[in-house]
Amino acid sequence: MARSANITWEREQSCLRLMGDWLCTTLGKLPATLDKLSFPRHTSFMVDASSIEKLDTAGAWMMHRYFSQLKAFNYSFEVQGLNPTHQLLLDRIEAQSSHIRVPEHPQSPPLLPFIGREFVQKVLHFLEFHSFIGLALATFKQWFKPKNIQWNSILKMIEETGCKALPIIGLLSFLIGIVLAYQMGLQLRDYSANAYIVDFSGLAILREFGPLITAIIVAGRTGSAFTAQIGIMKINEEIDALRTFGLSPVERLVLPRIFGLLVAIPLLTVWADAFGIMGCMFMANHMLDISYMDFLKRFQEVVPLKTYTLGLIKTPVFAVLIAQVGCFQGFQVAYSADSVGSQTTRSVVQSIFLIIITDAFFSVLYSWQGL
Amino acid sequence: MPLIQVEQLKNVLGGQSVHSDVNFVINKGETVAIVGGSGSGKTTILRCLLMLLRPTAGKIRMFDIDILHCSEADISAVRRRCGVTFQQGALFSGLTVLQNVMFPLNEMTDLSHALQKEIALLKIVLAGLPSDAANKYPAELSGGMLKRAALARAIALDPEVLFLDEPTSGLDPKSASGFDQLILYLRQTLGLTMVIVTHDVDTLWQVTDRVLFLGEGQVLAALPMRELVKHPHPEIQEFFKGPRGRLKEYE
Ligand SMILES: Nc1ncnc2c1ncn2[C@@H]1O[C@H](COP(=O)(O)OP(=O)(O)O)[C@@H](O)[C@H]1O
Ligand SMILES: [Mg+2]
Repeated sequence: MARSANITWEREQSCLRLMGDWLCTTLGKLPATLDKLSFPRHTSFMVDASSIEKLDTAGAWMMHRYFSQLKAFNYSFEVQGLNPTHQLLLDRIEAQSSHIRVPEHPQSPPLLPFIGREFVQKVLHFLEFHSFIGLALATFKQWFKPKNIQWNSILKMIEETGCKALPIIGLLSFLIGIVLAYQMGLQLRDYSANAYIVDFSGLAILREFGPLITAIIVAGRTGSAFTAQIGIMKINEEIDALRTFGLSPVERLVLPRIFGLLVAIPLLTVWADAFGIMGCMFMANHMLDISYMDFLKRFQEVVPLKTYTLGLIKTPVFAVLIAQVGCFQGFQVAYSADSVGSQTTRSVVQSIFLIIITDAFFSVLYSWQGL
Repeated sequence: MPLIQVEQLKNVLGGQSVHSDVNFVINKGETVAIVGGSGSGKTTILRCLLMLLRPTAGKIRMFDIDILHCSEADISAVRRRCGVTFQQGALFSGLTVLQNVMFPLNEMTDLSHALQKEIALLKIVLAGLPSDAANKYPAELSGGMLKRAALARAIALDPEVLFLDEPTSGLDPKSASGFDQLILYLRQTLGLTMVIVTHDVDTLWQVTDRVLFLGEGQVLAALPMRELVKHPHPEIQEFFKGPRGRLKEYE
């Protein structure tokens, strides 16, 4: 078992005795002991290091530091009894000590310049995002020749982002349908307007909830994956490797993701619509005594096709947003693991933010057009 | 009692047999190199010794503890006495070099922050990096500097055994021989036991006491360099023959 490092002043012999193990794990209490130690000034004395059993670099550094302090105060002393390997270590550290400079801490800037810099960075970031969208569009030109299209990548993306998301999106939409129908049913029952559940749920699910829920789940599930994938590829210099083959990373990585989502999100939305309506049907049957057949019959009568198409029109826009934000944030990753985390968070937050803004924009647009 | 004792180690990775029967011992204070062709399982041996990979079969004793059948506490105790540099550096990318080296000091000792910083800087300088590199992030360093920073972190706690995975690969000859000097110095002053995976023939000649030659899933020879180059096994002959073996120069 290691003993802690210690030091005592022995007045009779005018001797400073170093004891115990001087190891990084046993040095903790030594600085306090050193501070308390007092002995007469301007005496010459002996330092007896023969009781030191173990010494590592941290211990030797501590010793070197203390000895130089003593020297700075003009004490004269002689070190004795240090074992030869320990002496070698101490000498070596004394030789190195001149190279050690405690580097200055980079200071955080004062408030005003900080705000200024953040603002400029946000503006630049915004511009960069737009130039990234532009780059994707410009690169798309290369796909006008069908032989350039990366069919395999696109199909793989559709599988990853579409097929594998079917269970979670189906389940969540079904549950949202149940919740929605329950809340509306409570009100409708009071007015004995049970049948109107069909009108309301058709409108709410097809126009708003289906597209929105799908987009938000995909942003969380797939947008974040895009950012992490591209970010790690950037850290591993895979993106630079692509460039050196004369290939465009945007064409190879971004376009397949955009087109994959362009196919997957509208299809997922149809799926979500179906399950959302099923949820409503289930609740209507349970709570308002509307049978499944009655529900479907009324559904055909009162919910126009327009409701369904107006909901679906929004989804390609969501798809492009999610893919662009996810990929853009991936390319913004700097060379550290923390950066992958923070860009992924940013990617999800920004895409959900933009999805909701776009949805609101569509609502305003529709109301202008009187749809 | 040897410090490290490996018996009948067997490893099957991804359905493919990497080691069939590996046996060796490493004594206290020795500097031992592990050599062998690429993919011969050198890194895998280190991973087994560091308890990062559980071997398919075999016995490993370190510091007189059977590390394959012991408590979690024993494992931490053994690990604490080992320092490692990984083949790819494996520095924490979100921390500066100084913070990387301070990390183990901070976790394992009760030294004051200022003292931790000084000791970390000392290790950085000992590893041959300039003090200015301390505030840089790993992504801002060159390959050689990364290796040195990784070494500085590995020796932060003055371990008893140091495992180095290809410490001089990718270094220019001057830095590589600087690294060899550093290894010699660490051994002289701290009495370290070292296990070095390397292809660098200069390192093999200059710093090792013994070389374990790995091939055909076992240790083909465990001899000092002088004797190893005379070993009749064809794989060993092939390894050291030719201009890269520097046979003439060192004989
Ligand atoms: N996690 C793993 N899964 C499957 N095979 C592996 C794994 N790690 C290593 N291997 C295989 O084990 C062999 C030895 O690898 P390694 O120990 O890294 O070789 P080296 O001697 O070059 O360091 C290689 O053939 C490698 O393909
Ligand atoms: Mg290896």
